[in-house]
Amino acid sequence: MPAVLSEPLFSPAAGAVSSALAVEALSLSFGGVTALSEVSFAVAPGEIRAVIGPNGAGKSSLLNVVSGLYRPDRGRVWLGGHSFASVPTDRLATLGVSRTFQNLALFKGLSVLDNVAAGLSHRLRAGVFAQVIGLPAARRERAEGYARAEELLAFLHLDGVRDRPAGTLPYGMQKRVELARALVARPRLLLLDEPMAGMTLTEKRDLSGHIRAARDDLGTTIVLIEHDVGVVMGLSDRIAVLDYGRLIADGTPDEIRNDPVVIDAYLGVAHDLEAGEGI
Amino acid sequence: MTDLALAKATASPARRFSPALPGIGLLLVVAYGILPLVANEYLFDAILTPFLALALAGLGLNILTGYAGQVSLGSSAFMAVGAYAAYNLALRLPGVPFMIDILLAGVVAAAVGLLFGLPSLRLRGFYLAVSTLAAQFFVQWVFNKVGWFSNNSPSGIVSVPTLSVVGITLDSSAGRYLFALTVVTAVTLAVWRLVESPTGRALVALRDHETAARVIGIPVLRVKLLAFAVSSFIIGVAGVLWAFAYLRTVEPAGFNLDRSFQILFIVIIGGLASLRGAFLGAALIVVFPLLLARLGEALLGGLFDSGVLEMSQRIVLGLLIVTFLITEPAGLTALLDRAWNRIAGRFRRTGLPITG
Amino acid sequence: MEWQFFTEVLVGGLLSGVMYSLVAIGFVLIYKTSGVLNFAQGALLLFAALTFVSLTERGLPVWAAILLTLAAMTGIGAMIERAVLRPLVNQPPITLFMATLGVSYVVEGAAQLLWGTQVHGLDLGIDDLPLEIGGVLVSSFDLFAAAVAGAMVAALTLFFRYTRIGLGFRAVADDQLAALAVGLSLDRIWTAVWTAAGMVALVAGLLWGARLGVQFSLSLVVLKALPVLVLGGFDSIAGAIVGGLIVGAVEKLAEVYVGPFVGGGIEGWIAYVAALGFLLIRPSGLFGAKLVERV
Repeated sequence: MPAVLSEPLFSPAAGAVSSALAVEALSLSFGGVTALSEVSFAVAPGEIRAVIGPNGAGKSSLLNVVSGLYRPDRGRVWLGGHSFASVPTDRLATLGVSRTFQNLALFKGLSVLDNVAAGLSHRLRAGVFAQVIGLPAARRERAEGYARAEELLAFLHLDGVRDRPAGTLPYGMQKRVELARALVARPRLLLLDEPMAGMTLTEKRDLSGHIRAARDDLGTTIVLIEHDVGVVMGLSDRIAVLDYGRLIADGTPDEIRNDPVVIDAYLGVAHDLEAGEGI
Repeated sequence: MTDLALAKATASPARRFSPALPGIGLLLVVAYGILPLVANEYLFDAILTPFLALALAGLGLNILTGYAGQVSLGSSAFMAVGAYAAYNLALRLPGVPFMIDILLAGVVAAAVGLLFGLPSLRLRGFYLAVSTLAAQFFVQWVFNKVGWFSNNSPSGIVSVPTLSVVGITLDSSAGRYLFALTVVTAVTLAVWRLVESPTGRALVALRDHETAARVIGIPVLRVKLLAFAVSSFIIGVAGVLWAFAYLRTVEPAGFNLDRSFQILFIVIIGGLASLRGAFLGAALIVVFPLLLARLGEALLGGLFDSGVLEMSQRIVLGLLIVTFLITEPAGLTALLDRAWNRIAGRFRRTGLPITG
Repeated sequence: MEWQFFTEVLVGGLLSGVMYSLVAIGFVLIYKTSGVLNFAQGALLLFAALTFVSLTERGLPVWAAILLTLAAMTGIGAMIERAVLRPLVNQPPITLFMATLGVSYVVEGAAQLLWGTQVHGLDLGIDDLPLEIGGVLVSSFDLFAAAVAGAMVAALTLFFRYTRIGLGFRAVADDQLAALAVGLSLDRIWTAVWTAAGMVALVAGLLWGARLGVQFSLSLVVLKALPVLVLGGFDSIAGAIVGGLIVGAVEKLAEVYVGPFVGGGIEGWIAYVAALGFLLIRPSGLFGAKLVERV
């Protein structure tokens, strides 16, 4: 159980254990530049939670801390009842967490099917020797992996390209393969870093459908970073807003839409930039 | 990221190679059934046996460099470890069958490879490539300095005992060729199973995106070390073949930096992350100097002395590397695939009426 | 006296370290502009020394031989840049590295095909006499070589800090696209860099050639520079200097104090092991900044 927190507005101690993800007073800086500052919030199981904010607000840093790629200077991360000062990336998949990356992070030389099947890597038990010899357990494991991967390909309408090397697919499709790889292990928590960046409107609508289906059919809790506010408002149950590494708002889409602080900080900054007045 | 082989449309361990199965059968029939009948000693000793040993070394390096994306400039060090280990095992444990010696020599090479693979856990790219040179120079130095390894032979060059497997002595050229062929076939089969297994997939994942591999739960450190161990095992066995089946002597100078580069070139020219690539590359590397010598003699006659030959070999080899990297980074394998598709396409066009 | 002997070994090591630095700087120049670890640097060094020696042996005055050699080096550099590096521009760095490995074979072969494979003696007119400085014996040739190398390093530093082309070079090293956008001529900068690298190769080739004889094994000097680069970082001139000094000192000290116990000849690998050991403690090298991975 965590110690009592000094943070007055937020007390995750009670909620952290039952939530799918909670972060507690996370702070992180890179050589004096603050990426995150005392960020705390909790995501309930089965929720679709968006994290929005202007460029450089610390959104990606947040996901990288949650997935253990960055080590926070202070604060804790709660994942499914475990609390971490620094999340062990190697155990992430075992903890039921998977993620996609802002820039494509596929295994370009592997086929689409293999990319997706690789998402089950943490469950493999057979040793190298058993695999090479072809012991029954190893064969079963491998066949099951491909069967699961095939299901996911069907789910995301990727079956037509299953044998293509992932690196040769168009961008939007690669994004979908990455989603399939993240979903194949049926994660409890899925982190999506700008899953729709660079997509057309139709592609975005399709992907929103897939994300919602992942939650509805597989029960996955989803945290996503997204720039398209329209998509975010329609898709998410709750929205967290970051600005300069601080959490400035956290609420339902309606609350966020009408929050003057958000309008000032988030939309205001964007507006200023567009008008060329600079920061 | 060291996504070395890039989107090299070849490296898909799940399903590939299967259309080649009849071809492999045919190759084995030729290699086992026909070549021993028609080849002469020159063909065995100067071409076929060294080709097999180098192809195996290329196969080993391809696991590390082609599949797992870790460049090594010290391959011949592990050949040396394999060769010396087998020599000493045969010398000091005379009762043990040679097949066991080979396996143990591979294991020793794997252990040394594991040791020199440790820096890969912290270093990548150029830094790792340079660190593999440490293996090259250190191992060569050890075999030069420590007389025990060469049974205190004053010249440092030792003759290896005659090959003998299950009571059959293999001292003819054909016998040594068949021995090498059998070892290479067996190891290649195992490597093929490996690269098509989930572990093979993990190797490529590591090469293409290490962070993503870590996030999905691939044990990155373990897989990296495994790549070093397996690769060194195979290269060590190749060293045994080089010493026992090809040269019939062992000396440190034969396993120098040039040999390491040669093996790397085999992999590049043949095709990274391709099993066939190692064989195609080795064939080219073995055959082209001989062709060049013949060609030079025919064109220039007496002017083409051994010095000129050696220099022109270097130049042509260098040009080949550069040309392949620029025009066909997937190597001879890709060239062959394309040629095959064109031929097959023509057959299909002429054989069937064009519909639509 | 024990302490005096140690100092002599150390100073000797540091002086030869300066010569390692000189070779390493040739790498750094190319790395900073093209992002390539140019393995052919050793072959270029051989080519330069061999060309210079062969030209003077054919009766050319030294200044003409230097000019001709430099022109040849610039030409080769331009050719490598155009024919090899540019077509590979979007390939992973390690592919480029392997291409330069191929280039080194071509250049080595060409150099010897052109000028022959015999060993050329090279006398720079500097006697190798022991000098006593502050009670420590120092080789006068080492001192001279270190002075030349030091002057070279200083000249390059000044060149890249204060001239227009030098500033352009630094801009290109920082951000190639931005440099293009502000209208810098990449061609001119590349020509300048390859000329500079050729000059470094020539000077290093002459110093090493006077030491070892001008012959094929000269190109193996590159193997001395690699641990220096691993230590100092591939993109830092300061790193190349400090790394060279460290490698030189470690090598000589180890040779004298460790060598006798293990049978000698350890200079072939001790630098690599030292550099590796250092890297395992500090993976970013002497001067490298810790990179944050962007995902």
